[in-house]
Amino acid sequence: MGDLAVLSARAIRAVVVAPLQGRKLSTARSIHQAMAVGVEALPIVSLITFFIGVIFALQSAYELRRFGALGLTASAVAVSMTRELGPLMTAIVVIGRSGSAFAAEIGTMKVNEEIDALQTMALDPVPFLVAPKFLAMAIMLPCLTTWGDFMGIVGGSVFGVSSAGFTLSTYFHASLNALVLRDVVTGLIKSIMFGITIAAVGCREGLATGLGAEDVGRSTTTAVVNSIFMVIAVDLVFTLIFYFTAPR
Amino acid sequence: MLHHEPKPLTEPVRMTDGIAIQVRDLHVGYDGREVLHGISFEVKAGETMVVLGGSGSGKSTLLRTLIGLEKPTSGEIWLHGQEFCSMSKHDANDLRKKIGVSFQSGALFGSMTVGENVALPLQEHTALDDSTIEIMVRLKLEEVGLAGYEDYMPAQLSGGMKKRAAIARALAMDPEILFFDEPSAGLDPIVAAGIDDLILKLHKAFKMTIVVVTHELASAYLIADRMMLIDRGNVIAVGSKEELQASAVPRVRQFLDRVPNDETVEDATYFDRLTGGIDI
Repeated sequence: MGDLAVLSARAIRAVVVAPLQGRKLSTARSIHQAMAVGVEALPIVSLITFFIGVIFALQSAYELRRFGALGLTASAVAVSMTRELGPLMTAIVVIGRSGSAFAAEIGTMKVNEEIDALQTMALDPVPFLVAPKFLAMAIMLPCLTTWGDFMGIVGGSVFGVSSAGFTLSTYFHASLNALVLRDVVTGLIKSIMFGITIAAVGCREGLATGLGAEDVGRSTTTAVVNSIFMVIAVDLVFTLIFYFTAPR
Repeated sequence: MLHHEPKPLTEPVRMTDGIAIQVRDLHVGYDGREVLHGISFEVKAGETMVVLGGSGSGKSTLLRTLIGLEKPTSGEIWLHGQEFCSMSKHDANDLRKKIGVSFQSGALFGSMTVGENVALPLQEHTALDDSTIEIMVRLKLEEVGLAGYEDYMPAQLSGGMKKRAAIARALAMDPEILFFDEPSAGLDPIVAAGIDDLILKLHKAFKMTIVVVTHELASAYLIADRMMLIDRGNVIAVGSKEELQASAVPRVRQFLDRVPNDETVEDATYFDRLTGGIDI
């Protein structure tokens, strides 16, 4: 945990403080990472959050029907997607795509002596390699999450329109009415923290890779498992904070 | 011929002394196991020093320590009159800009083209504009015989070309000291001879100080001004190739004459090794 915190602090310093001191972060490397983390993940995030929206609508309707409250399906889906399922499911997809890729990329660079080469060229691997990944994650994960929230609501509307007596218009109207700004903001704050967590764990595992190809595989697996655990732990902490500090 | 003669830790060497690298009583270890046992030597400015040694002798550890990738447990490394081990990170990075390193594997960044690899140190450490950097990159690639390969990815290059590209990157900042880790390793004899020629050419053209770590004797004889032989973490010989060839020290002779270690064991010892000491 200690080295994770140190790595995060150094990366955040490279992103926020260093540019103010004239040490610019590479725009090209940051954009490249943002494309890989965000834009290329759009199709799979869309598909998964759409399915989650359908599933959650079905599961909600299963219980709500007993109380004759099928009309609340839209609000249940909207609130759950924006506060919890959208950020979490998007983070899980991004861990599988990018957290593992960070560990594999940096781990392979370590095995190939590329990290050593950076150091002998007086280039610190944290600002050079890690910081653009942090920046890309912190910006792109909230963007993906917003899109994921929307796709989840669209997924819910499939059930709402086909089986719960909504029209497309009334379903979206009910969803918007159920949401308050706080629901969306808390979800986005969580997604920023998830992004930082995924980048930190992936890069830490990559930098801790041993000297063989087998170690790269091990680092990648560890990065995925630890990222999922850390994201859920961060989710729990922030959910507790939001519950007790900003009750509905 | 000089044998292992550690000097007292006294005042720093200056460039005017004509010494580019001075190592004093260097001890390096990993996980409580010492790999280098108090190594001392000097490399004169403008000379090519070849560090020879067998597998596990500690020569690669020495190189990694000289270029700042390993911290010694004790001892001093003076590079151009500055003590490298105890200086601040900022000062160490300033000094690193004056050295170039060509790694055994090349260590080219796989996600960048050859041109981008060579341009990287110039982009990060100089205020040169893009067009000047582009010209510098072409010049460096021309120097190593890779003109026109700017847009190739490292994966598209052969082993020898990767080494040449890595040398071009190491030359990018016009270093005063150039380190080579096993430059001929994994190359066929013709390509390896080409790399040796390139090192000789660079030495002649730029008069830079060159340190080559290798176990290839033929290559060492060709490129070295002086050679140093390391065995089990100790320097056992330093001198010109003629001095080394004339050495009567048994371990030096064994290495130069390529005599294998005597692996003969007593019957009883062999039996014990097989049975693990169990009474049968």
